[in-house]
Amino acid sequence: MIRLLARKEFRCLFASPSTWWMLALLQFIFAWFFLARLDDYLLVQAQLAQSGNAPGATISIAAPLANVLSIVLMMLIPLFTMRLIAEERRNQTWILLSTAPISSTHIVLGKFLGLLALLSLIIAACGLMMCAIALGTHVDVGLIASNVLGVWLLAASYAALGLYFSALTRQPIVAAFGALAVSLGLWMLEMSDSIVRVLSPSVHFQALNSGLINSSDLIYFGLFICAFLGLTIHHIRRERGGAR
Amino acid sequence: MSTPLTLSAQHLTLFRGSRCVIDDVSLELHRGEVLGLLGHNGAGKSTTLQMLAGALQPSSGRVEVCDFDLSRQADLGKACLGFLPEHPPLYRDMTVNNFLTFSARLHRVSAAQLPDFLALAKQRCGLNEVGDKLIGTLSKGYQQRVGIAQAIIHQPAVVILDEPTVGLDPTQIRDIRNLIRELGNSSSVILSTHLLNEVESLCDRAVILQNGKVIFNDTLAEMHRHNDIESSFIRLTAMQTEGAQP
Repeated sequence: MIRLLARKEFRCLFASPSTWWMLALLQFIFAWFFLARLDDYLLVQAQLAQSGNAPGATISIAAPLANVLSIVLMMLIPLFTMRLIAEERRNQTWILLSTAPISSTHIVLGKFLGLLALLSLIIAACGLMMCAIALGTHVDVGLIASNVLGVWLLAASYAALGLYFSALTRQPIVAAFGALAVSLGLWMLEMSDSIVRVLSPSVHFQALNSGLINSSDLIYFGLFICAFLGLTIHHIRRERGGAR
Repeated sequence: MSTPLTLSAQHLTLFRGSRCVIDDVSLELHRGEVLGLLGHNGAGKSTTLQMLAGALQPSSGRVEVCDFDLSRQADLGKACLGFLPEHPPLYRDMTVNNFLTFSARLHRVSAAQLPDFLALAKQRCGLNEVGDKLIGTLSKGYQQRVGIAQAIIHQPAVVILDEPTVGLDPTQIRDIRNLIRELGNSSSVILSTHLLNEVESLCDRAVILQNGKVIFNDTLAEMHRHNDIESSFIRLTAMQTEGAQP
């Protein structure tokens, strides 16, 4: 059942031209940024070579790219998640799912995984771009891997958050703005210096961004995703009634 | 009646805020029976049907479908139900075939049964020529038929249709009525409608709702006893309105 829903969601996302536009535009922006960073790096490369402990190509090109990707995804994911539940409610198709003999958990997980498949595709395309550095020089595969993992976890967290807001309302725009506002708020927490910093997903992404995989960060992302998926399931279940 | 019960609703009540929208509605449906739900606009027909289909939780009361309680054994009960809501739940960017396959799979039709079920539903609703078209490009009548096909594709024991013939042309109305009669042989059907002649030509029994209450629940023969069905309906609903005002 989860696979059926995930596959349908993935297909529906690809059926709309806006998804293709968005994918094309994203690739363009990332390629632009990638080339700009590459240019900068080539300019200063000669000077860097003289210093003793020079930063490599991967950390000066791939890591900033992952950083940009994480911010773009934060803005973008609410636009995808608003379609998942809120728009189905507005289009009156939600009733098909709510009267179907499937559990609320399956509905929520199916929708989450369907979106995650699309996001994985975006991230994979960006990962390939990072690997393109290998054509010219030696790359730090570990750093790229930890960046891709970090962006992927961050995307999954924002998707879970957006899905929850989508479940709360019938208005897709409200769902998108709600999720965006909270993501932005969490992102800004990064700049504060008090203890609340640890609540921000982007703080935990920073370590992965610099190539450090802490188990505490992984646990944080796991908890964040599970918490919002759990809240969504709980909300949908209460709304549908029934035992499960 | 000796035929088994397929759907029974007991004392359904629904509050919206402090207002009582549905007041103590009880219904029973036997296998092979077609039940017509009548009433003025806003009498609570669609709301009642949504509660019977498990789309809406009643404030109190319970619904049993094929002996499964919809609140405790929701999955088993819902698997025996096919529901066409007031607005057909259609994904506009899917093709008819993909959509019907998806909704059949949602209702636990196995991969082996799927081709037969799909072909039968399409043939019954006259959708054979439009299988590969996008639902969004179809006319209102065809969309309505896709909605009906979605409700019957898994061959449920109980079919709930909320105004199934709205937006159809006279030929299509005739086809859909034939289909409902055919469905009435194998499963039970509840339909809501404004059209009294529809009830007359299709239903074995009629329930009339007024302000969320059942004011009539009997066979059509009973309704016919005094008069033709239209004047009976008007008499019944008028009596109730007068009675409600002191």
